[in-house]
Amino acid sequence: MAAPGQQSESLTDRETARELFRRVHLIRAVEEKIRKVYPEDEMKTPVHLSVGAEAIEAGVCRALQAPDQVYGTYRTHGLYLATGGNLTRFFAELLGHSTGVFGGRAGSMHLASPATGFMMSSAIVASILPVALGAAFAASRLQTGAVAVVFFGDGATEEGVFWETLNMAALHSLPLLFVCEDNGLAIHVPREIRQAYSIPEAARLFGIETVSAAGIDVMQVHELASRLLSDLRRRCRPGFLHLTYHRHLEHVGINEDYGADYRRPDEQAEWPANDPVDIARQRCLETGLGEDELRRIVERTGEEIEAALSAAGTGGPGSPDEAEGLTS
Amino acid sequence: MSRLLTYREAVRTALREEMVRDEGVFVYGLDVADHKGAFGTTLGLAGEFGSGRCFMTPLSEDAMTGFGLGAAINGLRPVHVHQRVDFLVLALNQLANMLSTCRYVSNEQLRVPITIRAVIGRGWGQACQHSKSLHSIFAHLPGIAVVMPATPADARGLMKAAIRADDPVIVLDHRWLHDVSGEVPETESVVPLGRAEIRRPGNDFTIIAPSWMNIEALLAADILARVHGLDTEVIDPRTITPLDADLLSESVNRTGHCLVADCDWLFCGFSAEVAALVANRCFDRLRAPIERLGFAPIPCPSSRILENRFYPGAEEIIRSIERTLKLEPAELPVREFYSYESRFRGPF
Repeated sequence: MAAPGQQSESLTDRETARELFRRVHLIRAVEEKIRKVYPEDEMKTPVHLSVGAEAIEAGVCRALQAPDQVYGTYRTHGLYLATGGNLTRFFAELLGHSTGVFGGRAGSMHLASPATGFMMSSAIVASILPVALGAAFAASRLQTGAVAVVFFGDGATEEGVFWETLNMAALHSLPLLFVCEDNGLAIHVPREIRQAYSIPEAARLFGIETVSAAGIDVMQVHELASRLLSDLRRRCRPGFLHLTYHRHLEHVGINEDYGADYRRPDEQAEWPANDPVDIARQRCLETGLGEDELRRIVERTGEEIEAALSAAGTGGPGSPDEAEGLTS
Repeated sequence: MSRLLTYREAVRTALREEMVRDEGVFVYGLDVADHKGAFGTTLGLAGEFGSGRCFMTPLSEDAMTGFGLGAAINGLRPVHVHQRVDFLVLALNQLANMLSTCRYVSNEQLRVPITIRAVIGRGWGQACQHSKSLHSIFAHLPGIAVVMPATPADARGLMKAAIRADDPVIVLDHRWLHDVSGEVPETESVVPLGRAEIRRPGNDFTIIAPSWMNIEALLAADILARVHGLDTEVIDPRTITPLDADLLSESVNRTGHCLVADCDWLFCGFSAEVAALVANRCFDRLRAPIERLGFAPIPCPSSRILENRFYPGAEEIIRSIERTLKLEPAELPVREFYSYESRFRGPF
């Protein structure tokens, strides 16, 4: 029999597990919906789906507090949903409607949700890193207490600006959390022919507190991020979270491409053990959540997605007149 | 009320006044807090406002430009200083892909009030990597304003406008202008972006010349008046983008003649843009083809002899106008040329 303290702790664990599962599942279910409707060719925007990266996006974002800010790459969907962005305006943006979160000007690759703290994204690899650096500087100067969190892939570490940003963040002790989402691929190029260094060792070179782990268990990611963030806030300095994951789909688009020659032959077989949604479900069951409860989350999420997509569909196309108003 | 200031003092005055007015303004860059203070334009700011508001950075031009963007969308007003515009090219990705797109792509949810100041070099052997102007490259990008003040009053007034603007502004200072003195108003005197100025009124011929070339054009206009009795109008566009199309075309419609004297290469450049504008708006009034002057179509050489052939000046302006008007070439007094350069001492 559990002591009262343990009882409440496991309740908290259960709440956290439930919420984290809801979020990784939401990201997955939205991406699966996009995969389903994409062939209709109504979403005329290149998509880089988050399938496989859900635990990193949901786990880190769940560890953030109100004034914190998120900066990301062209893989925007997971961050948008993990920070609580509006689902109808999300679909409307992908459909190019003026009711989209950025009025149809951004599409999938430049999507963000400043209202919920996801400030900006960029489809030029690594270019967002120094922007988050400037945000951390502003937070420090204006004493807002905010941390800037920047998500980027392993390919971004090959750009000069990555090293420039590490240096400046360390030099000025800025509250910037680097989150490297490492899938070992840059488009179709594996790490072995790109990197002569270890990413976590590179960050440690600058004296930055660095944690390297698998990023597929959302509970674990959440815990690592929470711990690193609390250190960041307390000591006002940068941190580096290096998380590996399995990219389930092609670089851009909705399809699997395990047969392509750049992927290892055994890669497809590794997917089930690396599926963040399955792992999150497992963790929920371990904390005592019932299958029924998980089923209800899945059903409710499905209804939300259907409702949002249907509401987004009535937004009408972005108006050219509106675009002309910006030429001044 | 006004006071006599050099251009460099006017820039420093503008920075200081804006830092006093708005705590969000900060100045950063490679040499802004050293003993030379970026050609004297930032001297004293670190002492007065502290190292949090005027600081030197790693060389990292790319990261430090994105850094400015991040600070700007979060309530600050960064002023990033480059000792040569050539170094700013290292940050072209941030300019072309990030700063210039942010406001539009975010559907106006994010604004980027950043000022980027870069110095244009010239002379004393600066050669091919310390001498460019590049205003046409920056002006080509929608979403960025480009400013080229030619007088101390404008150096102050336009810098203040740039800092107060809610969108990115690149301010290009010609180094030879730093020693030019002029009357600068004691009052606020913010010079709005997008307004050209007639520096010398005239009815026979229009010269449109930004930055240092405006000094050359004024000298040329004086000589043309003396030797040919020609009444030349000299226009300083002041901002490259947004461009004051109305003032430029009104002048050419009046004179029927137009020479664009630019401090840049001609091909796909600012001079071509102005020529297209004038051809479009003044077609019926033009009495001769629009002429253009600019850098020779090669990288800038180091040797003085070659350099003098690379850069056009007052003499080339005079000869161009004589050709257009089919005037006999006048005998020109050599000593009048390059007068401001004589104040410049090396090595940088």
